[in-house]
Amino acid sequence: MKKLARHRLFWPIVALLTLIVVNTIVRPSFISITVKDGQLYGVLIDILRTSAPLMLVALGMTIVIATRGIDLSVGAIMAVSGAVALTIIDASGDPESIATVFVAVIAALCVSLVLGAWNGFLVSVVGIQPIIATLVLMLAGRGVALLITDGFITTVNSAPYSFIATGYLLFLPVAFLIWVAATAVVSLIERRTALGVLTEAVGINPEASRLAGVRARGIIFGAYVTSGLLAGIAGVLYSSNIRAADANASGQFIELYAILAVVLGGTSLMGGKFTIAGTVVGVLIIQTLDKTILFLGVPPAQSPVFFAIVVIVVVIMQSPRLHRWIRGAASSRSRRDSDTTITKEVASR
Amino acid sequence: MTSLQTPVRETGTLGARYGTFMNRRASLMPTFAAIAILIILLIGAQLRFGNFLTPGNLSALLLDNAYLIVLAVGMTFVILTGGIDLSVGSVMAFTGILGASLLSQGIPVYIAIPAMLLGGALIGLLIGVLVQYFNVQPFIASLAGLFLARGLAFVVSLASIKVEDPAVLWLQRTRISFGGWYITPTVIIALVTVAVAVFVLHWTRFGRTVYAIGGGEQSAHLMGLNVARTKVAVYVISGVCGGLAGLLLTAYSGAGYPRNGIGTELDAIAAVVIGGTLLTGGTGYVLGSLVGVLVYGTIKKIISFMGAEQSWTQIIIGILLLLFIVVQRVIVARSIRRRT
Amino acid sequence: MSTDTAVSPVVSAESVAPVVEMTGITIRFPGVLALDHVDFALYAGEVHALIGENGAGKSTLIKALTGVYPIDAGTITVGGSGRVFDGTAAAQSAGISTVYQEINLCANLSVGENVMLGHEPRRGGGIDWKATHREAATHLESLGQRIDTRSTLASHSIAIQQLVAIARAMVLDAKVLILDEPTSSLDRDEVERLFRVVRELRSHGVAILFVSHFLDQIYEISDRVTVLRNGALVGEYLIEDLPRAQLVTKMIGRELDELTALSSVSSRAIDRQKAPVLRATGVGRRGQLEPADVSVYEGEVLGIAGLLGSGRTELVRLLYGADRADSGHIELDGAAVRLRSPRQAIEHRIAFSSENRRAEGIIADLTVAENIVLGVQAKRGALRRLRRTEQDALVAEYIEALGVRPANPHMLAGNLSGGNQQKVLLGRWLAMAPELIILDEPTRGIDVGAKADIQRKVAELSENGLSVIFISSELEEVLRIAQRVVVMRDRRTIGELASQYLGIDDLIDYIANKGEGSAA
Repeated sequence: MKKLARHRLFWPIVALLTLIVVNTIVRPSFISITVKDGQLYGVLIDILRTSAPLMLVALGMTIVIATRGIDLSVGAIMAVSGAVALTIIDASGDPESIATVFVAVIAALCVSLVLGAWNGFLVSVVGIQPIIATLVLMLAGRGVALLITDGFITTVNSAPYSFIATGYLLFLPVAFLIWVAATAVVSLIERRTALGVLTEAVGINPEASRLAGVRARGIIFGAYVTSGLLAGIAGVLYSSNIRAADANASGQFIELYAILAVVLGGTSLMGGKFTIAGTVVGVLIIQTLDKTILFLGVPPAQSPVFFAIVVIVVVIMQSPRLHRWIRGAASSRSRRDSDTTITKEVASR
Repeated sequence: MTSLQTPVRETGTLGARYGTFMNRRASLMPTFAAIAILIILLIGAQLRFGNFLTPGNLSALLLDNAYLIVLAVGMTFVILTGGIDLSVGSVMAFTGILGASLLSQGIPVYIAIPAMLLGGALIGLLIGVLVQYFNVQPFIASLAGLFLARGLAFVVSLASIKVEDPAVLWLQRTRISFGGWYITPTVIIALVTVAVAVFVLHWTRFGRTVYAIGGGEQSAHLMGLNVARTKVAVYVISGVCGGLAGLLLTAYSGAGYPRNGIGTELDAIAAVVIGGTLLTGGTGYVLGSLVGVLVYGTIKKIISFMGAEQSWTQIIIGILLLLFIVVQRVIVARSIRRRT
Repeated sequence: MSTDTAVSPVVSAESVAPVVEMTGITIRFPGVLALDHVDFALYAGEVHALIGENGAGKSTLIKALTGVYPIDAGTITVGGSGRVFDGTAAAQSAGISTVYQEINLCANLSVGENVMLGHEPRRGGGIDWKATHREAATHLESLGQRIDTRSTLASHSIAIQQLVAIARAMVLDAKVLILDEPTSSLDRDEVERLFRVVRELRSHGVAILFVSHFLDQIYEISDRVTVLRNGALVGEYLIEDLPRAQLVTKMIGRELDELTALSSVSSRAIDRQKAPVLRATGVGRRGQLEPADVSVYEGEVLGIAGLLGSGRTELVRLLYGADRADSGHIELDGAAVRLRSPRQAIEHRIAFSSENRRAEGIIADLTVAENIVLGVQAKRGALRRLRRTEQDALVAEYIEALGVRPANPHMLAGNLSGGNQQKVLLGRWLAMAPELIILDEPTRGIDVGAKADIQRKVAELSENGLSVIFISSELEEVLRIAQRVVVMRDRRTIGELASQYLGIDDLIDYIANKGEGSAA
């Protein structure tokens, strides 16, 4: 077991620590944490706080990817969720009331659940490819969000609502506590019940799982519902942070970053074994990298370039061709080439 | 099934004619459906608003969506091979702002425009190489392309850059009119792109290889076709179309703007799918994608006529897309069952 | 004499040089010697059959000839000159064309286009479609086929698609045509039509390599046959000199049997008064299996014997619900049931161990323990997880009972040897306490020791009341542990025998000749 942890989490954690160390050398204040009015402050704390939306989305994405699927609609679900919540608060007479905020959040989460279930239905019942099924919502979802907000960027002033993203509890940011709680809950459900193992079985070998009597349909459906719900929470957090429902900016590109986080953490895009801890590290790497880029003075709009490079490097490193090339340099024989895609079975006849 | 097994000669009967037609051109059905939808939309709008089907409006339909036509052409090539290109909107923005920037620095237009096309081609090449030689899934590879292009657009300039170059503006401002209809050089460029694409796809070996790959990459390879080169090439084509669309959009709006085209790739994909191209590859027509873009444009116009919010466009397109995909899936499932 | 007499082979082999000659071909893969110094020769104007069981090396030999695999040793000569194929294009340009089982054409393109793809006549910078379709039609007509060349390939049956593939091979001016299991998806009429085309080609001097395991067809169309077994050449024979029974014997071999320890299993008395545990009547599936009747009683081991491709796996998959039957019905313990999915079969306490343990059995990235409890866990549902102690106990029990080596439950199942993987799978199914277990080739590719373990276990379990359906290509094995044997050939059951007094020669004879009368 230890050997496994060494292999899978080792490099991601090393990468994260390296980033932190490099940053600290350049800017020693990077790791300083101060306490003020019973609240912790510092760059590291900030990273923990602002990583909340991506963390939640990446969590859901991990489970979906484990089933050999993908969820491209998470950004759109975030937008809808924020729109629902803020519209309710805005329309109520009493934006400062905790009850209103409570209702708004619950409503937003319910809508997100429904959207996730819609995705799950398309993939597991109708049998549409996950990319395509979630593409539909990715397309239409932002339109729906815009409709809900009547095309405007709805802003509200609601202290209880803002508290969600910017508040503190027990020295720590509430946003941080939210994602820690979500991670804990998901991990418990996946690992304490048999859900995790069955999900992995479905992702690794769907046919063998079917013959063994595993209920793939329900597992796949649940994965998309989970992803939708978590995206909904992320949407609430995001809109709480900017105190507005911006249907276009909300969660823009977040699906890309989420996929990147999952891949960085060690879960394969091909499905099967997944690691939630790996995704957590992956998200932290992305957030730290983001902060580093910002600190370098690069305008935030240009940061996608860096991430593109990271994605390219990571996928090349994971590509079988590179492994073959390395192995081929070690031994002179290379039998499996582009010609031999037909030849998966060795001595099957 | 067996009754149509080896039709020897077409007999004169209607049934046999229909049978032969279906055997030859079944893949045209989705495109016919798209045309039908377009006609229904146009007629419906005319009945509702009374002044919808004017030459002015219809000419504007082409003009407003010229950039999307070009994007859809490039996207068709990629989707025919069974891939997908999510970067085209960002490539369009990047090349647009790149061109605007070059022009504003006094670089002559006959260098700036090729530079735009080259920029698009390079990003397409990157994606193609990742897909073909590193076995990266197309949507991840093109996602990386999206990131790259979008970031580069902002690297070129954080703000929009106006274009004053007369040659570029000429593309948009010139109107060749006949009767109430008019056409601009941008529309001509878009339609020429469509025509070239049709020729390439149906009369060159490269184009047939594109279809063959979509039908079965392994089979195409075993039949001796150059699969690797073709697969990379379709992404380059899509990139070049992105560059061309950048030119058209820059001419249209008179400026380069790094925030352009966010989400436009989805519109292009929707147009292509609605136009009858299967996302699984191998079936589809560029002319169908043109129809798809017209459907998109018509819906947009109808919504603006209705005074409703533009966000409805996205929703309706999304629903249409879903409908087409579900129907495609049903058809595919049925034809698989027929064969076994 | 069962060869056709319409056209006799053009050349008499001894006087002319072969079109293709392979000598001493050796191909090694990690851990397995796929081909061991195999010689093979193809003559023009002749149909040469290549036959052998699973793992015999047929497919590897073909792939060497078509340039898919490079060879480790040996030479290939085509038309007299030595060739080295570095890819499929090289083999094609040497005049070797293949029609694969999966057709490997582009079904979304037209018939004419498929025939001419890559060689379309051109005009004015583009493809001349009129000329293309005209040429394609000509090639098809030379095979006696009139097909609308503008129709999509997908609108035609597999049989027609195959003929299109053959026409394409002729466009490429093939001197050698390899037909790889061409009749697997064809009905009788379509096979006839294919054979007519093959004879036509033969009369034009094409050398045809016919890979198949349908004995009747081999005897109908071939002039010569080469038999491979375990990667080695058994021999090359003129078909008219080789009686069927001898052919089957050469394919299967008579390995020395060290595992005779299991005595009297086949003679155990079975109570057939009660309703059978499973009774299937008229169960079949179009294109895969003719309607068949099968019944198994409590504590009985029912063997299914037959050559590869005879439909054994297809039959048991229908019994398990892994595939859906077109016809027939099933009764379990006397009550009618519908088995439409593996889950339903599992509910009824049927277990199925697939012959393809890598693709359909073992979940490679999960541990041994997780693999063993997978069935039990799936049945309980995702939410009710087996308690750790229960799981450990269950896993330890089966690791020990079946002798899984290494006895480490946390090892990744993909890293075990084939034999141990099979034991893990067996453990998965036995852990679910089934009433009937179907074992499809459980001892294939396994070392002798593991084989004995598994056979012993099966015998022991059946003595305690478990019913077993046991498929194996090794007839000794089947005879040893089964009380009754169902014999299958060419996708249908041809009979049922009590195994107690049945010798292996009788069984081979039955497989080869039952229903035909004894061939010469």
